[in-house]
Amino acid sequence: MASVPSQYLRRAARAAGTLERTVARVTAPGRNVGFPLRAPTVPASVVVPAEPPTLGADYDTDWARTPIARAAREALTAGLMSVVVRRLTDPEVHGHDRLADLLKSRPDGDAEPPPVIFAPNHHSHLDTGLMVCSVPRPWRGRLVTAAAADYFFDKRWKATLSALALNVVPIDRESTGRKSADLIAGLIEQGWSLVIYPEGGRSPDGWGQGFKGGAAYLAARTGVPVVPVFIDGTDSIMGKGMSRPKPGRARVTFGHPIHPQPGESTRRFNDRIQRAVAQLADESTTDFWSAKRRAAAGATPALTGPAYAGWRRRWALTKRRQRGIASWRRPPERRWPDLG
Amino acid sequence: MPRPGFVLDVDRSTPPTLFWRGEGFSLEKLPPDRSRVIYAPEPLPAIDDIDGTIRHALDHPIDSDPLREQMFAGMKLTVAFDDVSLPLPKMRRPDIRQRVIEAVLDVAAEAGVDDVHLIAALALHRRMTEGELRHAVGNRVYDAFAPSGALYQHDAEDPDQLAFLGQTAQGEDVEINKRAAESDLLVYVNINMVAMDGGWKSTAVGLASYRSLRPHHNPTTMEASHSFMDQHRSELHHSTWRMGQVLVDAGVKVFQIESTINTDTFPAPFDFLLKREWEWSAKDRAMYLGTSKSLSKLPVSAARKIFHSIEAPHQMTSIQCGEVEAVHRQTTEHVYRQQLVEVQGQTDILTMGIPFICPYNVHSIMNPILVMCTGLGYFFNLYRNKPLVREGGVVIMTHPTLPDFNPVHHPSYIDFYEQVLADTTDPHEMSTTWEERYANDDWYRHLYRTSNAYHGVHPFYMWYWGAHGMKHCAKVIIVGGNAKAVRRLGFVPASTMSDAFEMASDVVGRSPTITHLKTPPLMIADVV
Repeated sequence: MASVPSQYLRRAARAAGTLERTVARVTAPGRNVGFPLRAPTVPASVVVPAEPPTLGADYDTDWARTPIARAAREALTAGLMSVVVRRLTDPEVHGHDRLADLLKSRPDGDAEPPPVIFAPNHHSHLDTGLMVCSVPRPWRGRLVTAAAADYFFDKRWKATLSALALNVVPIDRESTGRKSADLIAGLIEQGWSLVIYPEGGRSPDGWGQGFKGGAAYLAARTGVPVVPVFIDGTDSIMGKGMSRPKPGRARVTFGHPIHPQPGESTRRFNDRIQRAVAQLADESTTDFWSAKRRAAAGATPALTGPAYAGWRRRWALTKRRQRGIASWRRPPERRWPDLG
Repeated sequence: MPRPGFVLDVDRSTPPTLFWRGEGFSLEKLPPDRSRVIYAPEPLPAIDDIDGTIRHALDHPIDSDPLREQMFAGMKLTVAFDDVSLPLPKMRRPDIRQRVIEAVLDVAAEAGVDDVHLIAALALHRRMTEGELRHAVGNRVYDAFAPSGALYQHDAEDPDQLAFLGQTAQGEDVEINKRAAESDLLVYVNINMVAMDGGWKSTAVGLASYRSLRPHHNPTTMEASHSFMDQHRSELHHSTWRMGQVLVDAGVKVFQIESTINTDTFPAPFDFLLKREWEWSAKDRAMYLGTSKSLSKLPVSAARKIFHSIEAPHQMTSIQCGEVEAVHRQTTEHVYRQQLVEVQGQTDILTMGIPFICPYNVHSIMNPILVMCTGLGYFFNLYRNKPLVREGGVVIMTHPTLPDFNPVHHPSYIDFYEQVLADTTDPHEMSTTWEERYANDDWYRHLYRTSNAYHGVHPFYMWYWGAHGMKHCAKVIIVGGNAKAVRRLGFVPASTMSDAFEMASDVVGRSPTITHLKTPPLMIADVV
């Protein structure tokens, strides 16, 4: 019995070796090419003057808000993106009714909704597509998303694709960029609503991260409300570090708009936003009333998870996931019985 | 603001360096840590209002009365101008000569001057074709003067058109074009592409006869010119300056107009040839690959046709006129401002890529003799103070060096190659043994006067031009050259640059210093 598997192993090893040599032979010309087929290297003694940057936070996204680009994006959102998001996340959306008052407050005859800042938690690259497909329809046509300048705008093709498909604008995560803030504030003042992830990046371990003050600052600066949003389930579908998506279920819960109070500092306002999202998380994984009571008692579980590290933190995450939508089985596609 | 030239120390990060190879080019990797590449300064900005600047210069000459004050009705005016050998490649229309000549003729017309002759000062060069003349002086000038015979080319072999003006203190005969010598005013329209051009060399060489060229176009003078780009250390220039004094003493009144041009040598899409390799964009690299691959597939004649059709975008950077020597001092400063690059110390091996063109093969073939002349005569001499390569060093050129000759332009070159070079490559020996025979050959003389042939003696002059370089260097290697032709020149053929370095090692050792002169664009190495 033992000789059979070893024989297979030897065959497999030989096949793998042959494959490796073939790949090496086929790709050799590509690996050995140098200048001029590849870009030249710069002599060590030469100091190349820096050219004005056109990528990262300096990428100009104005073109992505032209009528043609908007029309292309709407077609993309309604078509391909919507299909992909639905297939991967089978989303449930809750809380649109909480935004109804904002629409009512529009001046008479104004078709455009008032600009708001959506502040969801962030687990996955799918979050932006999910948000674009989930925000109430009046806001969808004039929605920009703040995205990490160092990730989405580091290469021209990536920047162009992101700007076209998701209408993202670059925001500098590494430093407080006045340029990014001015750009986004200007867009909000022009009536564009914003999706900004206050955590500053995807969750590294499935738990949330502390909120940065960007959303609170922009709301205070422009006077628009912040809508807290909790996205549940995308960390299991395509969390950070996953190379391929694993179709599952996601739930998007919108909260009541929060307005900055007169005299409230950005830090305090930011804390309120974070608490609101944590409450939505509690609501999303339990029920509205339980979450409400825990919030009233100041016992809402923190988004950032337990303070301890190591396996116990991961263990606690599995417990939370069991309560979340990710643990739900996909409902079987219901077939009507063939009645003949 | 254009960047000045600079010397790059080659290291492991340095991309391969572009070398010209006639009607093609290659990228060569130079040994790191002991090689350097000299890059020319970037082109200076052109003058904005060229015609206005020309008019201003004519009205405000240096050490001379304004041109309009020297013009009067009934005078005999001769305008001489440089021939097809300048600038290289030919410049886009309108040529500077056209602009300047038209401005001079405007002044002459206002002064009521009727007797005007225009003469192409080509010395012993080939006669220009009608197309080339039209390109240089423009259609308006050509159509106004050529039909009546008032626009013509200097004939150094027509005794009736030559005037002997005397001898210098060193016994050098001075004989120039008779019409120019006997005019009330000779206006010389010059283009200074390198520091060697201009000054008394314009008149005393461009309008001279063989008799008047012999005193300085000989191996002894050439070997004593260190270099042609530094008139104070050039015996060639000393001789022509002495001749200039004879002209002044004989009463020849010269109004010298000298202009300088920038080094904007190649138009798009060939402009990558002017860039530093590590600054090549994806488009530049694609252009390099596309042109080098397609040129290598084309017949040489087709490749030549493509390259000689290039019209350079270079433009005027200065113009000055008036007294010859005062004008030339300023002109030389302008040339140095564009072309000078400071280089620290000499090198064991000097490498140079020989391009498709030199002053003597415009619309023609770069034959082996011109390859030698371009490498050792021109590029070797692109220095001030000291040669780039040390005495006893090695020069490595890259060029196909095909034994191809243009039988119309270079008939005497063919015989020179087959007969003289088969006998000797020593400039002094060929000067005494062979030169007279070629210079006085009736068939060559006939072709020079009636066809478009260089004078019979011209290949000798080309050979003498490289005399200093040949004497200075212990070995000359041509990479990629036709082996038979290279050996006929007295040089050593090599297949690759690595082979050439290996061959050079018996002269300069195993770890020689290497300097690559990346030209064109033109530059002058100020070796300190």
